[in-house]
Amino acid sequence: MDERPTGAGDYPELSFDHAPGERAPISPKERMTIERQHMPEQPADLRAHNFAEVNLGFDHQLAILEAERCLQCRNPACIDGCPVRVNIPRFIDLLARGDLRAAANSLLDDNALPCVTGRVCPQETQCEGRCLRGKKGDPVAIGYLERFVADWASHNPATADGRRPATGKRVAVVGSGPAGLTCAGELAKRGHAVTVFEAFHAPGGVLIYGIPEFRLPKGVVRQEIERLAGLGVEIVPNAIVGKTYTLDELRSMFDAVFVAVGAGLPIFMDVPGENLKGVYSANEYLTRVNLMGAYLPDSDTPVLDGQRVVVVGGGNVAMDAVRTARRLGAQDAIIVYRRGRDELPARREEVHHAEQEGIRFELLAAPVEVVGENGWVAGLRCVRMELGEPDESGRRRPRPILGSEFTIAADLVVVAIGTRSNPLLTATATGLTVNEWGYIETDGAGMTSLLGVFAGGDIVRGAATVILAMGDGKRAAAAIDAYLAGELPAAVTTEALEVGAAG
Amino acid sequence: MHTVVERTQLSPNVTRLVVEARRIAQIRRPGQFVIVRAGEGAERIPLTIADADPAAGTITLVIQAVGKSTYDLVALDVGQAIRDIAGPLGHPTEILSAGHAVCVGGGVGTAVVYPIAVALHDAGVRVTSITGGRSQEWVMLEDELRAAGDVIVCTDDGSYGRQGFVTTALAEVLATDSVDAVYAVGPVPMMRAVAELTRPAGVRTIVSLNPIMVDGTGMCGGCRVTVDGQTRYACVDGPEFDAHAVDFAQLADRLGTYREFEQRALERRRCALAEQMRTPATTGAA
Repeated sequence: MDERPTGAGDYPELSFDHAPGERAPISPKERMTIERQHMPEQPADLRAHNFAEVNLGFDHQLAILEAERCLQCRNPACIDGCPVRVNIPRFIDLLARGDLRAAANSLLDDNALPCVTGRVCPQETQCEGRCLRGKKGDPVAIGYLERFVADWASHNPATADGRRPATGKRVAVVGSGPAGLTCAGELAKRGHAVTVFEAFHAPGGVLIYGIPEFRLPKGVVRQEIERLAGLGVEIVPNAIVGKTYTLDELRSMFDAVFVAVGAGLPIFMDVPGENLKGVYSANEYLTRVNLMGAYLPDSDTPVLDGQRVVVVGGGNVAMDAVRTARRLGAQDAIIVYRRGRDELPARREEVHHAEQEGIRFELLAAPVEVVGENGWVAGLRCVRMELGEPDESGRRRPRPILGSEFTIAADLVVVAIGTRSNPLLTATATGLTVNEWGYIETDGAGMTSLLGVFAGGDIVRGAATVILAMGDGKRAAAAIDAYLAGELPAAVTTEALEVGAAG
Repeated sequence: MHTVVERTQLSPNVTRLVVEARRIAQIRRPGQFVIVRAGEGAERIPLTIADADPAAGTITLVIQAVGKSTYDLVALDVGQAIRDIAGPLGHPTEILSAGHAVCVGGGVGTAVVYPIAVALHDAGVRVTSITGGRSQEWVMLEDELRAAGDVIVCTDDGSYGRQGFVTTALAEVLATDSVDAVYAVGPVPMMRAVAELTRPAGVRTIVSLNPIMVDGTGMCGGCRVTVDGQTRYACVDGPEFDAHAVDFAQLADRLGTYREFEQRALERRRCALAEQMRTPATTGAA
């Protein structure tokens, strides 16, 4: 396969020979003829055996060509589709003009972690799902363009950081995942002194322990974190709030607190044999491989490398786990999911990449027992499912077909069917209201039942996406900023969010 | 970084490290543990906090060298540092307020039971400690335990104290004295045997479990144990459980998950050390 594919289609009439700062002289009709550019990627047979990133990224030419596809809509629907409301047409226009510095500044004003979101957002259900060009043909590859501009910014760091003068206010952020980091960055830009408390020895939360290297290189995450450190954000590792410190203590030491500890506890299947050796939660499996580096040959931390690995679940975490198993040498790496292919909650690109890498999908199947032999996993017994009436989520409810049990031979089973709330912090925080599932309750501005304590991300909404957590972090930062200024957080509206984001 | 301020060899393969960890020293309670990562790239391993000095800002870790990570830890000299210590984790021990408690420690488990014995003694409970090892050189913390009450020392070969297992001594105490609670920490077969001894009379028996763990905050589920038919996480629901409800067979089995890997890692470590020893000699000869 060609390492550097050029754009799809042939455009002899397009010239990029125009003056810097100006748009290419393309007619609207010509613009419509440009097809969506393909993301260059590592060939599937090669990448199934390494942990290097799958997507190689656009080069400048591909990026400009793709940028020219954007129609610069007067009422851009893509922005409404973005949980952090990135001004997408603006950065794409600046990119098309060849002004990468301005494009990067525009993007970074709106989004604290664009290198991350450009790689892991489910664009097809957000910005790209709303793109006008997608009504007839393919939407603009907004995610790929975001990644291009963000990566350029990482390699060409700006000298001025646009920080406001110090306010003298101190804010504690609990958790250094996407919600915490976003909130910390936004608050630091506003001149507040921010301290982030992280339970693990390394910051990044799910970006570090959960999402694998081949989808989100850890070097990229570290660069994003270094950029925040450059804004003056202090990160304290090995600090477990609820154990090392209590929330009450943080409240007495800081002017405001943002709680973004993630969801945490893995859900198991509640079937016989689940505690056999060779059954992992996806959390444990991915943490061993990603955070602890168990995929490296001399790692101190072990991970079981099965020849036949079954991953239960159909979300992004399941895809990450099954593709990790493949890279660790599994001959058979199999997804077991109780609904059909159309219902898979994972990003489309992940499913596509998994299929390319030879992952087998055992759809409409649900586990009933982990079969064991001498204490080790020997297989996963499943039952066939069929789809019945739609449930409250609108998806058709799967139901078992009687007598349809079958067994998949397996030496490793990874359970990726979701998480529930971790009570470590909430159980030790006096006066903090949680709902019946243990998730923290917040008002419209993200404030909890405790004055000055805000919360966001998975510990509020349940397991969700990186970008939704980031949206919470950004909204909470605007609310905390207003709160610290003595304004009621209820005054924080979408408008205030946008004004704040531009600053 | 957590500097080692004191290092003592307690038995042929058990080492006591006193390390700086100011915050944890101030707030830890008996029964709690920390997750330790010796250096960059090292494994995260759970270790019970054996003691703490809030004024000095230090905690005491008692480490049995069994795998690469623990060998790396006990190889640290005074002045060197442990990179990461997180905690205190787990629930503190529920301490009786009166009566008679027997604290049983097998091998390195004695270091886990020791802070419990002290806390019981401080709460006004009469404490009998039973500790044991293969032979005299494997007996540890005897004097420390004596400060908390009576101590019965057992050795397998009879080279010190009385000959026999700790369970033999426990059976005698149970037969001759009234016992309100037993706290037992040690190898799984020992804890299981203690549970069987106390089960008939229904003596309340607490064991502290040390299964495989990664994060120590409930996130990975690797430390799951079956207690009373329910899956529990030792890190957040424990580490102490009712000994009569623990599925010890499963616990022992799961502890063996990485046995092969551990042997290979230990072998690699030996080779690397041997290589280091050889290198200066080679240079000198050249």
